Amino acid sequence: MKPIEAADYLVLDKATGCYREDPEQQVRDDVEKHYWKNVVFAIIKDWRLYLMLIPMLLVFLFWRYLPMYELLGSFKVDDAVKPVSQQWFKGFSNFKGLLVGTGTYGELSMNFWRALRNTFLLSFYGLLFGFPMPIILALFFNEVRSNGVRSVLQVFTYLPKFMSTVIMTSLVVMLIKQGSSASNTPPGIVAQALSSIGLIPASVAQNGILNNPTYFRAIYQISGIWETAGYDSIVFFAAIIAISPTSYEAAQIDGANKWAQMRYVVLPSILSTIVIMLITRIGNMLSIGYEKVLLLSEGRIDTYQTAEVISTFAWRIKNNQSGLASAAEMMNNVVGMLLVIGANTIARKAANVSLY
Amino acid sequence: MRRRLEISELIFKIISYTLLTVFGLLCLYPFLYAISASISGRHAVEYSEIILLPKQLQFEAFGYMFRSNEFWNAYSNTLFLTIYGTVWSLFVAILGGYALSKKRLLFRKVFNFFLVFTMWFSAGIVPQYLNYIATKGVFTSMGINDDKWLVVIAMGMAAMNIILLRNAFENVPGEIEEAAIVDGASEMQVLTKVFIPMSKSTIATVALFFAISRWNGYFWARQMISNSAEQPLQVFIRDKLEFYTDGENLATWTENYAADSLIYALIVCSIVPILVIYPFIQKYFAKGTNAGGVKE
Repeated sequence: MKPIEAADYLVLDKATGCYREDPEQQVRDDVEKHYWKNVVFAIIKDWRLYLMLIPMLLVFLFWRYLPMYELLGSFKVDDAVKPVSQQWFKGFSNFKGLLVGTGTYGELSMNFWRALRNTFLLSFYGLLFGFPMPIILALFFNEVRSNGVRSVLQVFTYLPKFMSTVIMTSLVVMLIKQGSSASNTPPGIVAQALSSIGLIPASVAQNGILNNPTYFRAIYQISGIWETAGYDSIVFFAAIIAISPTSYEAAQIDGANKWAQMRYVVLPSILSTIVIMLITRIGNMLSIGYEKVLLLSEGRIDTYQTAEVISTFAWRIKNNQSGLASAAEMMNNVVGMLLVIGANTIARKAANVSLY
Repeated sequence: MRRRLEISELIFKIISYTLLTVFGLLCLYPFLYAISASISGRHAVEYSEIILLPKQLQFEAFGYMFRSNEFWNAYSNTLFLTIYGTVWSLFVAILGGYALSKKRLLFRKVFNFFLVFTMWFSAGIVPQYLNYIATKGVFTSMGINDDKWLVVIAMGMAAMNIILLRNAFENVPGEIEEAAIVDGASEMQVLTKVFIPMSKSTIATVALFFAISRWNGYFWARQMISNSAEQPLQVFIRDKLEFYTDGENLATWTENYAADSLIYALIVCSIVPILVIYPFIQKYFAKGTNAGGVKE
C-alpha cells in the first residue's frame, strides 16, 4: 500500500518494484519553498525592466483606477463637499432612487430612464444605419481599379476622422444654424438645402434643427457617418482585397454575374470581419461619445428629451448629487462591461467557427 | 486578351464611381464651405449667398485673428499640450510596452490584465472628474501646480496604444537582442539601439495617434485648466462659437465681415496643421488600424 502522506514524494520504480523518492518533486517543493526569494532575486536581476513599468503603472493607477474608487461614492451619502473616504455607507438607496424613483427622486428617476432609453436608441440606430455604411463603401472602393482615383477618394472620406469633436460639432452647428427674424437672415446653408428639397419643414430650419428634439438622433447619426464611415471602411477594404483573384475567375467561368459574385464570393470572404466588427460594436453600445452629445446639445434644454444620454445626465447632476451621478455611471459601466465581455466571448467563438 | 465587361459589372461600376464621388465630395464640402465663408463678405455670409465659391472677398476675419493675442495664446497652449503631451505619452508607452513584451517579466499576465481591464471598464466622466479634484492637491504638494502640466501627464494614455507597441516589440527576433547583449549592451541600449529602430513604423503610428488626440483634446482641458489664458485652441473655438451664436451678442457686431466668418476662420486655422501633415500620415493610420484591428 502507498502511504497517503508521502504519496507525492514517492514514485513506483518499475525496474525494482519498490517505491523510491521522486527527485523532480523535491525540486518542485524547493521552488515552492523559496518562491518569494526567487521572485525577489529575479526582480533584482532585472530591476531595469521593472523600473520601466513604473511610469505606466502609475499613470493607469492614478487616472484609470483611482476614478473607480471614486465610483464607490455611489454607495455613500450625497455630500459633494466631503471626499468619498469621509462619507458613510448608505447602501443602495442611490441606485434604488434612480431605478424606482420614490418620493423626492421622482423626476430624477424619470430623467434617468429617459437617458437610458436615449443611450440605447442612439447606439441601436448607429448599428442600423452607421454600421453598414463602411461595408458598402469598401465594396465600392473595390470597384475603383485606378489606384490614383481611389486614393484621392479615400483621402476625402478619411479626412473628417482626423478633425476634433469641437471642429465637427462647430461645423454642424454653423451649417444648420437657425435663421433670425429680427435681422431677416436665413438659416444655415445645409438647413436651407434640406428644407428646399422637402426633407424638413421650413419652420424647423428657420428655428434651428438642433433646437428641435425630433431631429437630434438623425443629426447624430448623419454626422457620425460623415465622421467615421470612410475611416472604418479600411478594415473591410483590406479584407476584400485579400480575396484571391482566382475566386472571381472561377465564379466567372461558372457564369456568375456581378451580383452572384458579390453574394457567393465577396460576402462569404468578408463575413468573419463583419461578424467581429459587429460584435465589437455591440460590446461598445453603452459608450456613446459624451463629448459630441454635450457639444451638440449644451444649452438646448428642449432637446434633452432625445439628446440626454447616461453620461451627460450624470455630468449635469454631478455638482449637487454626486452620489446619484456616480450610481448612474456605475450601472452604465457594469452593463457596458458585461456587454464587452459577452461580445468578446462570442467573437472568439465566431472567429474560431469561421476558421474552417 | 481583354475580357468583355458583363452588363451587371458595368452597372455596378457606374454606381460605385458615382456614389463614391458624391460621398467623397459631401465629406469634403463642409471644409470647403468653411474656407469660402471665412473669406467672404458680410452680406454674402449672413444671407447664405455662398454655395461653394467665396463672394465679396475679404481677409479681415483672418487679419483680426492674427492680430489677436488671445488667438496666438490659445495656439501656443495647444502646441505646448501637443508637444509635451506626445513626448510624455510616448515615453510612458514605449517603456511600458517594452517591459511587457519580455517573456521573462514576472507577473506579466497580471500587468497585462491591469492594462486590458481599463479597456473593458472605465469609471466614467463624473468619477474621473471627482478624481481630478481629489488628486489635484497631491500634485500641488509635489510641486506640480501648473494645470497645463497636469493635463500633460494625466491625459491621453490609451491601453490600445501600449498593446500596439508591445506587439511590435514582441515581433523583434530574440536573436538580435541576444547578439546585442553578447556585445555588452545594457537594457537601455538594447531598447534604444535595437528595439526602437526596428519598430519605427509602429512607433510613428502610435506617436501620431497621441499627437492627434492631444491636438484635438477639448473636454478635459476645459475641466482641468482653471486659468482661461491657459486654455487650448479647441476651447477657444468653442467659446467663440457659443458667444457668437447667441443672438444678443451678435446684435452688437459692427465689423465689415460676418461674425460667422470669424468662427470659420478659427476652424480653418485649427485644421490647417492637420491638413498639411495629413497626406504624409494617412498611410500610417491605415496601417495602424489593420495592426490593431483583429488581434487578441
